[in-house]
Amino acid sequence: MLKHESIETNSALLIVLTLVAISIGGLVEIVPLHYIDSTVEEVKDPQTGLEMVRPYTPLEQRGRDIYVREGCYTCHSQMIRPFRDEDLRYGHYSLGAESKYDHPFQWGSKRTGPDLARVGGKYSNEWHTQHLTAPRSVVPESIMPNYSWLATTPLDYSDIKERMIALKKVGVPYTLTKDEYAGWDEKKPGDQVVRHPGTVERFGEATANLLDINRAEQNIVAQAEKGNYDGNPELLSEMDALVAYLQVLGTMVDFTKFESDYFVQFR
Amino acid sequence: MAQSTQPIKDPLTGAETTGHVWDDTLQEFNNPLPRWWLYAFYGTIIFSIGYWILYPAWPFASSFTKGFNTVTYQTAEGQEKTTHWSMRALFAKDMQEGEFAVKQRQYLEKVAATPYDQIAQDPDMSAFVRSYGASVFNDNCAACHQAGGKGVLGKYPSLADNDWLWGGTADAVQHTITYGRNGFMPAFKETFNEEQLTQVSNYVLSLSGLPADADAAAKGERIFNTETGGCYYCHTKVGKGLQSQGAANLTDKVWTIATIDANAKPEDNLTKIKAVISNGVQRQMPVFGQRLNETEIKVLTNYVQQLSAQ
Ligand code: HEC
Ligand code: HEC
Ligand code: HEC
Repeated sequence: MLKHESIETNSALLIVLTLVAISIGGLVEIVPLHYIDSTVEEVKDPQTGLEMVRPYTPLEQRGRDIYVREGCYTCHSQMIRPFRDEDLRYGHYSLGAESKYDHPFQWGSKRTGPDLARVGGKYSNEWHTQHLTAPRSVVPESIMPNYSWLATTPLDYSDIKERMIALKKVGVPYTLTKDEYAGWDEKKPGDQVVRHPGTVERFGEATANLLDINRAEQNIVAQAEKGNYDGNPELLSEMDALVAYLQVLGTMVDFTKFESDYFVQFR
Repeated sequence: MAQSTQPIKDPLTGAETTGHVWDDTLQEFNNPLPRWWLYAFYGTIIFSIGYWILYPAWPFASSFTKGFNTVTYQTAEGQEKTTHWSMRALFAKDMQEGEFAVKQRQYLEKVAATPYDQIAQDPDMSAFVRSYGASVFNDNCAACHQAGGKGVLGKYPSLADNDWLWGGTADAVQHTITYGRNGFMPAFKETFNEEQLTQVSNYVLSLSGLPADADAAAKGERIFNTETGGCYYCHTKVGKGLQSQGAANLTDKVWTIATIDANAKPEDNLTKIKAVISNGVQRQMPVFGQRLNETEIKVLTNYVQQLSAQ
């Protein structure tokens, strides 16, 4: 019989067995989430059959990159838990599906500021621009830092295609074909990618066009011009991208199209 | 440090030691785990078996064991449903049957069923509107309209005064909150030369009795009330504004865009009015009809009316 003495006096064996014991917990809790069907809910529009949660447009994605770069997640979570007080303050609890295209996700648990999972549409673009530039000019008691450079810094989107290709590799359905990609280089990593099948059927024509990596640059410029998020049409700034991202948070799923308890069945 | 196959006993206590000795006499004993600790440990293992039976626990194939524990809840649509234990089902139950949810709903239903003008008459309901309204207002509106609705001059209108762009009746306020509003006035930089701009601005100052150059104001009046400026389309010929357009009343002393101060130098006020006219106005009150339900909007409408009544 293996006595604990023989394990405790053999450090190599002790390390191996400790690792085995600890990883059982992780394996049992985490791995099954990847193959259990209901982890990520199916959220389709009951009328059109299209998927409601779509990947971010290239402009929103760049905004998200800035959100991560500036460390907004150190003070803001993006995860509304299924509790009544959270529902009353922030809205419907977050679904797994709503962050399925987030790499990495922004759930978090530290709330120095409010949760932002459903901040989209709550304020005007003008308010966001002013608040990010100088939070205390609108919320006098705020302790959020000023991000005054965002509105004056031009948005760098020279590498947007590479960023989207990287996301595509981890499963975000952006589309790209070899023939269509003008700057294609055989030697570059990323030449394995092919058109993700069925984005038109899944998201509809208009959205599918926004997911086309070849059109990423035009799409960024067009969305920023149309949205005029920072109120300055002269400059496509980092503020445009960040506000575009904030304004889409939590708005993709229209909960009025489902029964109040529709999402209970997935847990 | 020595190691032996024979158990070594401490001569004084008779307890087994590991054979490790430090500083001549300090030995490491090899006592068994305390009984209470060991049984508590076995207890947790038995507890976990009960847990597996009652609650969702083990994953398999594309699903997981659901457990025998159930939650029965009412949906908001009034259906009764029973399902295996889950946080989401518990949440649905709490939203309908929780102690505070029930208490609050009694009030909300009463508010929903009572006409606007009668809510103010009922002290109990008024108090509810004040406290519940304040919390909804602070979560959703105060970032723009500020605590107590005092507003930010030039940006977010005050809701605490009795001066309304879009109307202060219950219907108008409810419409504002539900559908949002776009405050829009065109920019006149391209339309006017400097002289015309000064004239029309003087006229605007004179409308509310602020010091203005009388000659210029008289010329400005013609710009204001003819096609040259076309201001009268929205502000009317007497300058009282049109609530259907959200166009400000220029004859009262309440300013919402221009940061006018009656005690400031007249030139400064003139400069500010000129800036408003040249740049126009574009500001937006967001739509809340999707974020808040009808009763919450009714409570807020009442709350906003209470703010301005004070
Ligand atoms: C030091 C912590 C901190 C950091 C970092 C921070 N915030 Fe905040 N944020 C707050 C606090 C506190 C509030 C609440 C007061 C206010 O509205 O300013 C807030 C409020 C907000 C709100 C309004 C939310 C609502 O529902 O009213 C938004 C939007 C927001 N922050 C976005 C951001 C973004 C984007 C970043 C990164 C560029 C960021 N914040 C970084 C602390 C922070
Ligand atoms: C993003 C900032 C913002 C938020 C948040 C906001 N408002 Fe407003 N609100 C405005 C602006 C800007 C206007 C002025 C619109 C205009 O210029 O015509 C306005 C106008 C109004 C008016 C009309 C005032 C008048 O004089 O007719 C009411 C009433 C009002 N808001 C109530 C609310 C309530 C209640 C909430 C919360 C549910 C709210 N607002 C949230 C920006 C905001
Ligand atoms: C298309 C309609 C429209 C026209 C035309 C128009 N205005 Fe306005 N005006 C508005 C609205 C709407 C507001 C209030 C904006 C808000 O509160 O968001 C406003 C506000 C103002 C204000 C600021 C009032 C305050 O309380 O701060 C001044 C001054 C003003 N207008 C002057 C003029 C003059 C002078 C002209 C003509 C040259 C003119 N307007 C033409 C719609 C119009």
